[in-house]
Amino acid sequence: MRIGLFATCLGDTLFPEAVKSTAVLLARLGHDVVFPPGQTCCGQMHVNTGYQREPVPLVRNFAEQFGDASIDAVVMPSGSCAGSVRHQHEIVAERYGDAALRAGVATVKAKTYELSEFLVDVLEVTQVGAYFPHRVTYHPTCHSLRMLRVGEKPLKLLRAVDSIDLVELPEADSCCGFGGTFAIKNAETSTAMLQDKMRNIATTGADVCTAGDSSCLMHIGGGLSRIAAGTRTLHLAQILSSTRTSPYVPTEAVR
Amino acid sequence: MSSTFLGMPATPPRSPYGTGNLRGDRTFPEAAHDELRNEQLRRNLGRATHTIRAKRLNVTGELPDWEELRDAGSALKTDTMNRLPELLEQLERKVTERGGTVHWARDGVEANEIVTRLVKATGSSEVIKVKSMATQEIGLNEHLESVGITPCETDLAELIVQLAHDKPSHILVPAIHRNRDEIRQIFLKEIPGIDPGLDNVPAHLAAAARAYLRDKFMTTKVAISGANFGIAETGTLCVVESEGNGRMCLTLPDTLITVMGIEKVLPRYQDLEVFLQLLPRSSTGERMNPYTSMWTGVTPDDGPQDFHLVLLDNGRTAALADRIGREALNCIRCSACLNVCPVYERAGGHAYGSTYPGPIGAVLTPQLAGMHAAKDDPNSSLPYASSLCGACFDACPVKIDIPSLLVELRHQHTEESGTTVEKLAMKAAAGVMKRPKLYTAAQKGAAIGRVMAGRDGKISHLPPPFDGWSDSRDIAAPPKQTFRSWLASAEGAATMRAAANEHEKNQKNQKKEEEK
Repeated sequence: MRIGLFATCLGDTLFPEAVKSTAVLLARLGHDVVFPPGQTCCGQMHVNTGYQREPVPLVRNFAEQFGDASIDAVVMPSGSCAGSVRHQHEIVAERYGDAALRAGVATVKAKTYELSEFLVDVLEVTQVGAYFPHRVTYHPTCHSLRMLRVGEKPLKLLRAVDSIDLVELPEADSCCGFGGTFAIKNAETSTAMLQDKMRNIATTGADVCTAGDSSCLMHIGGGLSRIAAGTRTLHLAQILSSTRTSPYVPTEAVR
Repeated sequence: MSSTFLGMPATPPRSPYGTGNLRGDRTFPEAAHDELRNEQLRRNLGRATHTIRAKRLNVTGELPDWEELRDAGSALKTDTMNRLPELLEQLERKVTERGGTVHWARDGVEANEIVTRLVKATGSSEVIKVKSMATQEIGLNEHLESVGITPCETDLAELIVQLAHDKPSHILVPAIHRNRDEIRQIFLKEIPGIDPGLDNVPAHLAAAARAYLRDKFMTTKVAISGANFGIAETGTLCVVESEGNGRMCLTLPDTLITVMGIEKVLPRYQDLEVFLQLLPRSSTGERMNPYTSMWTGVTPDDGPQDFHLVLLDNGRTAALADRIGREALNCIRCSACLNVCPVYERAGGHAYGSTYPGPIGAVLTPQLAGMHAAKDDPNSSLPYASSLCGACFDACPVKIDIPSLLVELRHQHTEESGTTVEKLAMKAAAGVMKRPKLYTAAQKGAAIGRVMAGRDGKISHLPPPFDGWSDSRDIAAPPKQTFRSWLASAEGAATMRAAANEHEKNQKNQKKEEEK
């Protein structure tokens, strides 16, 4: 399969390890990973903050970069960006776009996937040959859970990882409090939500809290780092790409 | 040149600024700042919302057709909104035929005046009240008190709130922010002649309220209620409750005045089949509520002999005029969205400044009362009081897509706000991001952020407006290399080649295995 990899602006700039892992994982599974170099950002932050005119060029750029029929699927290591492409691009195109944009958005929307749903639904694999000998707890991010309905898919992938000690996170489906600009505009409420999430993570005794979205992990990890907790955050792709021959090696500063 | 009136209607009015209880005096973040520091409130709310969540999931999960019921509820409400004018006229006709009197109130001010006039006509200076969101919304109690009429709330939680000179903080459980010790204190202080030895056992507290209220039920000649549903087909009004106080108010007095938001109408009696399943299971987590009262106009020698229905607009027509926003009018006030909302759970109902708190309040309040009625209108902060986690959408018995409505209202806000610093920043960001070359240059610029980091590679202080983030969260210094520059590097190319080779090797090994 020829897979168009969307790095997401956050992943490309701040969390490249998660994107590298995604690329390596897909290549290891025998797929042709292409990176359209003109890609930038899906515009999710704009739309979620109330701006729909400003991201029109971003929506258009996304459709142009990934619209090519030679790309069979567009895959990204982010539930919220996949949600943006599948649910919000249409809204923007309907309101402020032209017929060409609406058509482009519809085409690209139909082949856009978040990583775990792509692996489980499209490639139909849960055993990806991963090895990760650590205690891990999984936080299902809100957009992957309730917008994309990925459900058990990430857990199916994690359960198949060799030597993993997967522990359930209490109140897993509660929001971590990130919510994009919500974390800035309502920083204190966001922090209150984060504190409860961190308390629940602490009870698992996990070495690693994982999720399918670097943005939520940036939030949770930033909080865990501040309180010097014993748990670090790691993108799901980084666990799935860790093998016996090339195991995961920590590189980022904030856990 | 003469101008011709083409009959284009003006935008319908919203709830008038400065009236009723649809606007706080400060923004959500400002109010939440104080509420979040109230440890007692956080504990009370956390415990209460978790209990009710579990109950709701039990009784919605056991129904094999729960999703179909939600679809039916949504379809019925959407149909109702699409032909609201004709249904309301039908309701008026039927209520009138059965001996009731229907009054139309454009807004809360008109509704308050109508109710006052009707109460005064009875000669009574006291009224008993059934728990009602509509009368909370228009500030009826405050208005009645200002003209010398004493309203007495008869729902236990509303009574607690009223006695404490407090405001409700939840649609269904108005005193959710109070625990039993606080309630005991309130009763001891406010109920005349109460036993000073009253303890904090819930049954004893309820008995004290019961004794106090019994006298009110027996002596008060006028009752005021809201309505959960009004059936256009028959003119039947319906109130759903748990304590029986509503039944007392709806049957004992001579005069009954019902204030109903115009969106509460349902086309047919049969539609109750759907809503009387959806509502109790979603709100109290019960299979059925203890008391369902229905009445149609006036029945000779049975119940109130003088019945008035006040149909309240107060911004509902304005909401109806919004193609997307009107979905919020489908709300049946079950409060399931409040109980599952992580923001409501921490900040509490008072932070919203409105009779309608929580996720539905954040979309309903700005639509009823507007969010640009004054400079820095606090209501404009409500659509942002959400992390868009979507738990409310999943819980809603009539499938209101609250996250999408919040995003829509945010858009309306930015459109209305003219040029702001934020808008310029969003424009600038989009301007950079639509040009890949500029974007790549900006990414390199972001790497300069590394100088802000300490030796541990963490950034712990950010300038405004990002200081709220760094008050509780570190952020990693931007890495030396972006993904795209890694991919373009020799190392990136080699890694990707190795990964592809690994696949080929695995394939070959697998083949060998199979051949063996």
